[in-house]
Amino acid sequence: MSSGNILLDVKDLKTYFSTRRGVVKAVDGVSLCLKEREILGLVGESGCGKSITCFSIVRLVPQPAGRIIAGEIIFDGEDLLKKNEREMRAIRGRRISMILQDPLTSLNPLFTIGNQTAEPIIIHRKLGKNTALEKAREMLKLVNIPSPEVRMKEYPHQMSGGMRQRIVGAMVLSCQPQLLIADEPTTSLDVTTQAQFLKLLKDIQQQSNFSMILVTHDFGVIARICDRVAVMYAGKIVESAETRELFNNATHPYTFALMKSLPNMGDRLDKLYTIEGQPPEMHALPPGCSFAPRCPEVKEICKQKYPPLSVLKDGHYVNCWLRT
Amino acid sequence: MSEIILEARDIKKHFPVTKGILFLKQIGAITAVDGISFTISRGETFGLVGESGCGKTTTARLLLLLETITSGAILFNGKDLTQLSAPELKNYRVSVQAVFQDPYSSLSPRMRTGDIIAEPIIANNALSRKAAKERIAKLIEVVGLRIDGAELYPHEFSGGQRQRIAIARALAPNPSLVILDEPVSALDISIRAQIMNLLHDIQQDLGVAYLLIAHDLSVVKHMSNRIGVMYLGKLVEVAESEEFYSHPLHPYTQALISATLPIHPDDQREKIILPGEVPSPFNPPQACRFHLRCSQAKPICSEQEPLLQEVTSGHQVACHLY
Amino acid sequence: MNPSQRVADIFKRLRRISIRKAIPTIKGLPIIPAVILLVFVICGLFGKWIAPHDPVKINLDDTLIPPFWQEGGSTKYILGTDGMGRDMLSRLIFGANVSLQVGFTVIVFSGFLGTVVALLSGYLGGWVDIILMRVVDIFLSLPAIVFSIALAALMGPSKKNLIFILVLVMWSPYARILRGAVLRIKNDDFVDLAIVAGASKARIMFRHIFPNIFNTLVVLATLQLGQVIIAESSLSYMGLGVPPPEPAWGTMIFDGTKQLLMHWWPATIPGLAIVLVVLSGNLFGDWLRVRLDPKFRQL
Repeated sequence: MSSGNILLDVKDLKTYFSTRRGVVKAVDGVSLCLKEREILGLVGESGCGKSITCFSIVRLVPQPAGRIIAGEIIFDGEDLLKKNEREMRAIRGRRISMILQDPLTSLNPLFTIGNQTAEPIIIHRKLGKNTALEKAREMLKLVNIPSPEVRMKEYPHQMSGGMRQRIVGAMVLSCQPQLLIADEPTTSLDVTTQAQFLKLLKDIQQQSNFSMILVTHDFGVIARICDRVAVMYAGKIVESAETRELFNNATHPYTFALMKSLPNMGDRLDKLYTIEGQPPEMHALPPGCSFAPRCPEVKEICKQKYPPLSVLKDGHYVNCWLRT
Repeated sequence: MSEIILEARDIKKHFPVTKGILFLKQIGAITAVDGISFTISRGETFGLVGESGCGKTTTARLLLLLETITSGAILFNGKDLTQLSAPELKNYRVSVQAVFQDPYSSLSPRMRTGDIIAEPIIANNALSRKAAKERIAKLIEVVGLRIDGAELYPHEFSGGQRQRIAIARALAPNPSLVILDEPVSALDISIRAQIMNLLHDIQQDLGVAYLLIAHDLSVVKHMSNRIGVMYLGKLVEVAESEEFYSHPLHPYTQALISATLPIHPDDQREKIILPGEVPSPFNPPQACRFHLRCSQAKPICSEQEPLLQEVTSGHQVACHLY
Repeated sequence: MNPSQRVADIFKRLRRISIRKAIPTIKGLPIIPAVILLVFVICGLFGKWIAPHDPVKINLDDTLIPPFWQEGGSTKYILGTDGMGRDMLSRLIFGANVSLQVGFTVIVFSGFLGTVVALLSGYLGGWVDIILMRVVDIFLSLPAIVFSIALAALMGPSKKNLIFILVLVMWSPYARILRGAVLRIKNDDFVDLAIVAGASKARIMFRHIFPNIFNTLVVLATLQLGQVIIAESSLSYMGLGVPPPEPAWGTMIFDGTKQLLMHWWPATIPGLAIVLVVLSGNLFGDWLRVRLDPKFRQL
């Protein structure tokens, strides 16, 4: 569990994209807080802005279309938005690392596993090649790659998806980052491999003291390893709480509806609960609350003004007029 | 129980692996589907689950005649497909339709929606133009698309709507079986429920049978009457839905169910984590395919392949433990 | 600023100049090339009614009159006359007709041939593919210039022969490139689903695959326009293309080279016309490629 000190404090982050159809407010005033040794889950459907939030934190937003236009990203006491590119390069890979969804494209097909796993060690920890390779071997062992010495001479295409993702894990953890951002790391993996990988992540996290932001669209992943959850919709966080609290007392109509619409392994129902309508068009969001067009409990004020933050309980926040 | 409309009897699909450039020598085979047998009855949903490489998609392609079987037989309404005359074969084609996973590559970007939906009818000259147009309008209504949708192109629809178009197309020739290969896994969660409800309604109204292929066990559980589990080209367990989840027999099935992510953080399910990786389907050993990862393996498991046998009524399993 | 700083400053400023912004465009369509092409097509189609004079009639009284802006020129012959007293502008306009006719016909026929071969080869695969691609390879490896000269010399200069020769030389690139496009599309689910729907192989090739390679075909055709015009002009220059007295730009250049030292316009003006049309065709084709590419298309 977390120690209490705040590692990452994002305040009112706004990342907008200029597209031919208008301005897309991909991240529109997102604030989140991550403590040391805490795993925060960022959940939402496609287009809600969860991935862009992560790329904004490490300042890898695709330019020139996308720009971070406002906010503060306080990491370990310093505002990342005030740093220049050279300083960010020293932070990426060393103090903040990322795992992405597709392990196949995360690895370079032309270089051996050993070469790629040792690379961040050489760059950031400034160790010599042989020492780095030895450290790489240790990391591969840590992520349960069998016979790492043999594997290090092989190439990514010779590995399975699950193994590749674990190798990526070894790479990102080799420099002992303070923060690991994982963007849908298990979405492309099989069910049993997913279970394996999540258990591994949790075990290593508990041994090594890093914090993690885990982006996913799957509530099951959240339930399995996250300490806290934030739910995003149309570029904003609509609800956040401790995991157990969210599952027990989801209050935002979107969160509530989303969780209810999942088929579960319990009783077999004939019909599932559904959310009316379609996900919003990001370049033409309605005024007021973005979820209003689909909300089963919508009121007039929802269509006019965006609801302010309400504190329901210690650590449970929601933006909804119904709960103000 | 209703009549059996489709039966797969010990079907195998081996992809030969060859060596050499000029004179190709076969050095082995990828046993994508290695002797599976199952039946689908009128109006039921048979769920086929398994992980990547297990052969479920190849099975679907075999049933759709997109690939030819290496050995075994497919029987439709009791008759072997290889014994069918040309018009009867055409009838089979029309009776067995499909919906695939990717809503973006399932529809031709340069065809209007109405034409896409009508394709199974037009390609077979089944109805007159006028009758076809009426049928399309009816189908569009059934799947919940906008009424003027027939004139639009696929890119004007969202992922969930495109999947509806694909479903309408599958229903156009009034099939008796629709093969659903991961119909909702590429869709957003809030849309999945909509599509699953739609599929349910269609089955209630039209009595069409489904072969549901998915890796998400909760989706399969919600929709299936019976479920089969595949591992490395073999069927390791078949059972009715309730029985499947309450008494899984095969160790792989148990691991699969346990690996399905919980719906609540307090969900304390026994967590079985499988060691190792799924082995390659290339030249598999003559033994139980699963024995290297099985926590309950016995000596016989590495020597002899277990056959799929009925253990209790309606519940089959291929395992030496039983 | 010291010299090296000044150089660095110049480079920084150069980098900031965006050439793209310098070309006037409407929604990305480059205006000048589009206008030039439009003029070309209009001349090509309606030349008979636009041209001020008879392009063929020899008029020995008015030979080698310079263009109107030069000393000695007049507005009667805006672009001057050639060595036989024929009006340059009228000949240019009629020449456009020739280029357009030949260009259009060659593109349509070679495009058609290339597309059919690509569809059969790409979709059917197997022996059909192997054999057809070897045929394409043979045609691709022909030295175009030598081949066309040889054939033209053999068959004799005429518009019909010219078209035939150019189609032979130009169809194979279509086949190869479009075959690649067919192979890519073949993997999309909707092709499998069309098979499941009961569509015959022919129906799949022409109703499902062809519409999806059409864009590539159009872009190829537009880019080929320039090549055809140059080929036609080159052959006409050598006397192997469109025979006189029908005015073709290539022939005009040939006639004009005799007077080039003293009178620049009989050779240069048709040359400029070729350059402008070919360049415009390429720029337009480039724009079309970007515009039609689904990745860039505004959905």
